[in-house]
Amino acid sequence: MEHPALFGVVASGNLEVLVESGSDKTLCDFEVDTSAHGFAPVWQAVLEDFVTRYPVGGLKFSIHDAGATPAVVHLRLVQAFHSLDSGS
Amino acid sequence: MNADGHRAWNTRKLARQERLTRAIPFTRGKEVSPSRLVPLLEALLEPGDRVCLEGNNQKQADFLATALCACSPGQVHDLHLVQSVLALPEHMDLFERGIARRLDFSFSGPQSRRLARLVQARQIEIGAIHTYLELFGRYFMDLTPDVCLIAAQAVDASGNLYLGPNTEDTPVIVEATAFRNGVVLAQVNERLEQLPRVDIPADWVDFHVLAPSPCHVEPLFTRDPAHITEIQVLMAMMALRGIYAEYGVERLNHGIGYDTAAIELLLPTYGEALGLKGRVARHWALNPHPTLIPAIESGFVESVHSFGSEVGMEAYVAARPDVFFTGHDGSLRSNRAFCQVAGLYACDMFIGSTLQMDLQGNSSTATLGRITGFGGAPNMGSDARGRRHASAPWLKAGRERDAASEHMIQGRKLVVQTLETWHSPGQPAFVERLDAWQLRDDMGMALPPVMIYGDDVSHVVTEEGIANLLLCRTLEERAQAIRGVAGFTPVGCARDHRAVENLRDRGIIRRPEDLGIDVRQATRDLLAARSVKDLVRLSGGLYQPPKQFRNW
Amino acid sequence: MMQRRCSFREATARQRVAHLLDPGSFMEWLGPEQRLTSPHLAALGAPVAFDDGVVIGAGRLHGESVIVVAQEGVFNGGAVGEIHGAKVRGALMRAAREKPRAVLMLVDSGGVRLHEANAGLLAISEIMRALFLVQEAGVPVFALVGGTCGAFGGMGIVTRLCDVVVMSEEGRLGLSGPEVIETVKGVEEFDSRDRALVWRVTGGKIRRALGEAQQLVEDDVAAFREAVTTHTRFTDPQCHEAWSEEGLEREQARLSARRRDYEGVRDAQVIWNGLGVGRQVALMTSEEFNRFLQEAGLA
Repeated sequence: MEHPALFGVVASGNLEVLVESGSDKTLCDFEVDTSAHGFAPVWQAVLEDFVTRYPVGGLKFSIHDAGATPAVVHLRLVQAFHSLDSGS
Repeated sequence: MNADGHRAWNTRKLARQERLTRAIPFTRGKEVSPSRLVPLLEALLEPGDRVCLEGNNQKQADFLATALCACSPGQVHDLHLVQSVLALPEHMDLFERGIARRLDFSFSGPQSRRLARLVQARQIEIGAIHTYLELFGRYFMDLTPDVCLIAAQAVDASGNLYLGPNTEDTPVIVEATAFRNGVVLAQVNERLEQLPRVDIPADWVDFHVLAPSPCHVEPLFTRDPAHITEIQVLMAMMALRGIYAEYGVERLNHGIGYDTAAIELLLPTYGEALGLKGRVARHWALNPHPTLIPAIESGFVESVHSFGSEVGMEAYVAARPDVFFTGHDGSLRSNRAFCQVAGLYACDMFIGSTLQMDLQGNSSTATLGRITGFGGAPNMGSDARGRRHASAPWLKAGRERDAASEHMIQGRKLVVQTLETWHSPGQPAFVERLDAWQLRDDMGMALPPVMIYGDDVSHVVTEEGIANLLLCRTLEERAQAIRGVAGFTPVGCARDHRAVENLRDRGIIRRPEDLGIDVRQATRDLLAARSVKDLVRLSGGLYQPPKQFRNW
Repeated sequence: MMQRRCSFREATARQRVAHLLDPGSFMEWLGPEQRLTSPHLAALGAPVAFDDGVVIGAGRLHGESVIVVAQEGVFNGGAVGEIHGAKVRGALMRAAREKPRAVLMLVDSGGVRLHEANAGLLAISEIMRALFLVQEAGVPVFALVGGTCGAFGGMGIVTRLCDVVVMSEEGRLGLSGPEVIETVKGVEEFDSRDRALVWRVTGGKIRRALGEAQQLVEDDVAAFREAVTTHTRFTDPQCHEAWSEEGLEREQARLSARRRDYEGVRDAQVIWNGLGVGRQVALMTSEEFNRFLQEAGLA
């Protein structure tokens, strides 16, 4: 699939993830806009875990969150990442 | 002592005779006119009586409950209610009006908040919160009802009762009451010349009254497949591969949540593709869950014994007598006591969801400000140490637990808890300390209301992985195994990463990828039915869901 | 294994478009990377979406060029706000100019977005005018209704302006939504929580029987695709006939007869009972239902 790609929808307990090419191959950018406040440490932990598990250098992930649980966040990130190599 | 110095051995019988004599002005033989019901109850009952006002988790003796509430508290007071479920507002009204004072029960779902308030206001004394089997057991020990007020489908001219598909607690209540000189009064939906079958013989029943409307039955076990999430599908895939297939679980009980509904709906698709048909999930202790229809139709399920019925499943059950326990008339015969026994002793696995789990694996569905009780989950979700028959999954689980021990061969029930690590942002499922402790303090209870004790739990399934607690050798290992599947909850984030990786190397923790599962496959497309209508179609139109579940 | 299908109801707007059109043919306009999000929602601190809840673009269907509008029903109930509305109108204006074989409106909307109601109301009227321009250019407009929100409010009207309405039973079509009716008129008038009643009154089967939808299909994106690609308005570009005076009178007569026959009817069950099918209707597949309508002379 060509960049950009969008996964998920903005609905209660769900989120959308937009994946685009970034400028620097050694960096992965995340931008999170969330309606649930006070969960920065949890987001940090979820995203750190994601970048250690997947080679995401050179990508930019932009997120609109409407109160998704970390399980759903992780699933959407994985779906978005794999869409880049599967050509689906 | 009586006059000649000998003890009288029939005081209970004489007391019963007195009650029946007092009832004569308000009855015609066994028949009670609805308009005479309140004075009859006032004549029949004595202050301090132990009364079972039949409340199951589905069927309710609602007409009798209304009548009991209408009694004069001056005449009828300080009753001791002994019944499994508090479901109706009238059950609580009895305490507010002073008609009842003491309570021994199992479950209070819809009335849990009001019950907690009454306890705090000291308007109610709770003897104990039981599991179903404990309460039924105590009916035959120290909590035998003096009077029971029950619900039946139909009565014939001689007073025999037909209970319909929702037999539930009625047989055990009547057995205890009738054979210890208590009084049995039944509300019935209809009078029939000829009953489809006799569930309770006439000479166990003293009175019956025709209720103005059929007794209320709650559809508690219907889970709309439309609400099952991708995460629940993922966890169902993990459970099927990592537990059902791994242990070859043939005899089991499921909880009533969406997690286990997802498993039921994956059996004919994912389960079939894994070659599990005929190898797992053949015999069930389970209510007729609509979500079990696809697994039944596809030939996975050989037998189902039920605690109660489920609204709308009557015709389907009647059309599948090879699978369900039915009378010669064709309709379902459920029985909560027997099905709980099957769940405790004859199942190799219980799997269900929970709200909170601590680091010992104790799990609780308690929420602050509510007293919900237990129902039957702790009976099924516990290792039955009195079990003596072997089976492959039971032996395998026992071997895993006892690998180092050489002295005795003992099996082990699989007790599996499934839970997503967060219920919502801000509400983690894994906690250092259960809310149950706070609830115990608030309510002055003897025990924290723990649904399943940690030492009974064999596996924990979350979206992050499966933790096999049987293989843990120390309490510290056990705690790390739980942290290791607790995701990004504070409990999960506090894991010792090295210890968790070590547990993973030893197969104690298994991730989806360790089980050969690609999380991207976890889509709702795997569900054998995605809507209630799909279930209706798969049942050939036999399943008739209640209107709140229909969109047609 | 039981046969799997791609549920129209469960798919996202993007997935519906991807499965509906020829594989790989869709080119999105004003896609999510342009971040045309609603400033009104942002000002209220409400969650925004990169596409403001609607996907527009061009693609191929059965090899023919089409322009597509697909609303996302689970984002704010598919409601039309300023940007969302401008995207829909823009796609229609482009269709009027470029004259593709057809326009496909995947309507999934409760109507106007309350957070930006004035802009939304204006947008609806602009969408209607643009739709007339498309039709005037001889391009047929298909409405496909099968999402979670259905087609209500202004988008209910827009749906009825389309040349062909294709619905699944799960799709719903109406003017005021069930919750709106209950709020305004009371629960005695309409119990919006009685799901069975809501679908009996607004669902695909009764809409098809009353002639407000021309096709009833299963909840399957492939079935919607099939309904469009086999329709004469799609296969034969010449078959378009503008409303003649005679045609309008025929329609007027049909509606008058309907009003006479069903005066005071508050529940589709009465209509089904009158046709002698009672409760069986609920379980009929769309194929069985269409056959039944044909035999009853209602198709």
